Amino acid sequence: MTTLYTSDHEWLRIEGDVATIGITDYAQTQLGDVVFVELPKVGRALKKAEAAAVVESVKAASDVYAPITGEVIEINDALVADPALINSDPGKAAWFFKLKIANKGDLDGLMDEAAYKAHTA
Amino acid sequence: MLATERQPDSAETALKRVPLHDLHVARGGKIVPFAGYEMPVQYTAGVLKEHLHTRASAGLFDVSHMGQITLTAKSGRVEDAARALETLVPQDILAVPHGRQRYAQFTSDAGGILDDLMVANFGDHLFLVVNAACKTEDEAHLRRHLSGTCIIEPLPDRALIALQGPKAVEVLSKHAPTIAAMKFMDAGPHTVQISDQAIGCFVSRSGYTGEDGFEISVPAKDAERLAAALLADPAVLPIGLGARDSLRLEAGLCLYGHDIDTTTTPVEGALEWSVQKSRRTGGARAGGFPGADVIQKQFETGAPRRRVGLRAEGRAPVREGAALYASETSPEKIGAVTSGGFGPTLNAPVAMGYLPTSLSTEGTAVFADVRGQRLPLRVSAMPFVPNGYKR
Repeated sequence: MTTLYTSDHEWLRIEGDVATIGITDYAQTQLGDVVFVELPKVGRALKKAEAAAVVESVKAASDVYAPITGEVIEINDALVADPALINSDPGKAAWFFKLKIANKGDLDGLMDEAAYKAHTA
Repeated sequence: MLATERQPDSAETALKRVPLHDLHVARGGKIVPFAGYEMPVQYTAGVLKEHLHTRASAGLFDVSHMGQITLTAKSGRVEDAARALETLVPQDILAVPHGRQRYAQFTSDAGGILDDLMVANFGDHLFLVVNAACKTEDEAHLRRHLSGTCIIEPLPDRALIALQGPKAVEVLSKHAPTIAAMKFMDAGPHTVQISDQAIGCFVSRSGYTGEDGFEISVPAKDAERLAAALLADPAVLPIGLGARDSLRLEAGLCLYGHDIDTTTTPVEGALEWSVQKSRRTGGARAGGFPGADVIQKQFETGAPRRRVGLRAEGRAPVREGAALYASETSPEKIGAVTSGGFGPTLNAPVAMGYLPTSLSTEGTAVFADVRGQRLPLRVSAMPFVPNGYKR
């Protein structure tokens, strides 16, 4: 299992051809207190860089973009019920959705943990 | 993500600093540009906690970016300053007693609102507090119209600190025992004692949160000392502009430039309560302010639209700019949201907007376009959260 990162602060946990996606601790600090999350529907086909989800803090809405192309196979209902999970456990409990990876090549452009740490330093 | 995070452009780097700037930074304030100033949008607690803390205990807000201006009649009589100001506002200023303040609006010839402000009677002059974004133009407006009979003096060397919440009176009275007897909208000079230093302040029992609280005008050189002393009280947390906005929204209070502006009259803005009978048709000093003909007519025959409170039926916030519709499918836009967000005390989305007067009654169902979907809302009474004013 590998964890990769995007330059706009998403993490992907890759297990076989499934990617679990969330946003990083850095991102949640920038957002502030999250009050609402809108997730894509299961079955939706997402293209890399397409707006996939919305996170609302008290003050503003932010888009979360699909880091890779794939089909949404599962979404995190617990997150919808408790948006504040993004602030308390962004790396684990606050996963957004799982994608069936369409093209493994999409993963090549992503950062590993060391590179992401350097990116946010 | 975070594509909506806006980076300041070079035009905004020439931002002004408030006297308490260093204190904000030292306390973990996240500094953002606002009305030409560097201001803290939140501190380490975050918007949610800062909001809830203010309603449960006491929050300290730096509002020094706002304009403080005195208006003194050349005659030396406050009545003359009041009559002069009445040529620019639809409020009864003459009736404001020494030691009291009133909410007012500067109106335009078209009956729109140029700014909203507080006007206090300090015995021999009037003390005005105006919005930061409008203060330069407000001063020019006062000078343009009143410099024949009045002396207009901005007070840029004073800071303005608000202490709001149910514990505010307990905290402040430790340093200024005389404030405990104040009623909501009382205003006047009070000495605030910080250790061995007696600081002359102007204090009003008012604010922008819907809670009991005080606004304290203090010389800039004494501001840090005062703020630090109040923040040393365990009941007090520093509160940023983010929570200031969610607090005033839950209180149903207008934000100038958003809920009221030059295109809205006080009647459309649901501010008729602030226009006293003496200034309306048939009153002792009816009219005589800019836009009086438009505004009087609206008092008589009604205004076409009205500012209303809006509660979402779901969990998604409905924000400023969202178009409003009468049904899920109707293509005709009937109004718009002018302020909206999440209310931490309500634990639900809240908004304000304008609807046709015929659709402005409490309980009316309307729909907001949010990201291409029509979300159901209902017209709601304001304030959304009960006030804590000590009348």
